[in-house]
Amino acid sequence: MTTAIDKVSIIVSHGSLEGIYPGLIMANGARMEGIEANLFFTFFGLDAIHRTRQQHVKVATVGNPGLHLPTMLGGLPGMSAFVTHEMQKRMEELDIPPIPEFLEMISDAGGKLYECKASVDMFKLTMADFIPQVDSVITVGEFYAMAGGGQIIFT
Amino acid sequence: MSTTLAGVAVDAEGFLLHPEDWTEALAAEIARGAGIDELTPRHWLVVRFMRHRYLATGTAPTIRTLGKASGVEMKELYQLFPKGPAKIAAKIGGIPKPRGCI
Repeated sequence: MTTAIDKVSIIVSHGSLEGIYPGLIMANGARMEGIEANLFFTFFGLDAIHRTRQQHVKVATVGNPGLHLPTMLGGLPGMSAFVTHEMQKRMEELDIPPIPEFLEMISDAGGKLYECKASVDMFKLTMADFIPQVDSVITVGEFYAMAGGGQIIFT
Repeated sequence: MSTTLAGVAVDAEGFLLHPEDWTEALAAEIARGAGIDELTPRHWLVVRFMRHRYLATGTAPTIRTLGKASGVEMKELYQLFPKGPAKIAAKIGGIPKPRGCI
């Protein structure tokens, strides 16, 4: 048998629905297997843990070839909200929670949430802007130290 | 690959092949093998919930449902089953390993 993974540190760098969910599913899935999980939110990924913005995360309907929707149609008013709503419905059927609940779940499961210092400084944000489950703001160096001995996943 | 545990057929990871073979004594033995020396009433609540849901619906509940409907919340689920509540409770409850990603 190959060596088992006992820790994962997952970087979430995108702020769209399809950019945020994979990292959360990977982190929750790790905890479900008894694997230690850290989530590091950077750049627009910070929206996932932002108190107000996390409620309004949407699917990118422009410049997203995987959606198989012509770009001009994707840009129509309301299209992003509509596609997001449809996708959320399908996820609910699979018992995949909305982002705020999902993060609470991961935190309650023992997963740790961190903010990227460079991004927080750049966007001029403070801890008060983020959900209480966030552990702390850390530097890239601190992230690597924390990830030591485990696997790093970039999303 | 399959093997046996206390005379009962299990798969390579130790999950019962036939849920009807399950007994409470066997549950305690599987639990010990999974690092849980004693099944408390809280453990039993989760294990029975998993088993009942599986027998009633044909699939094991998700971790989200486990946290919402089993009577034990997420934090405590992980305290009771540090190596994975859904997976370990399924194993102890004598049902197949849950195959969902949530």
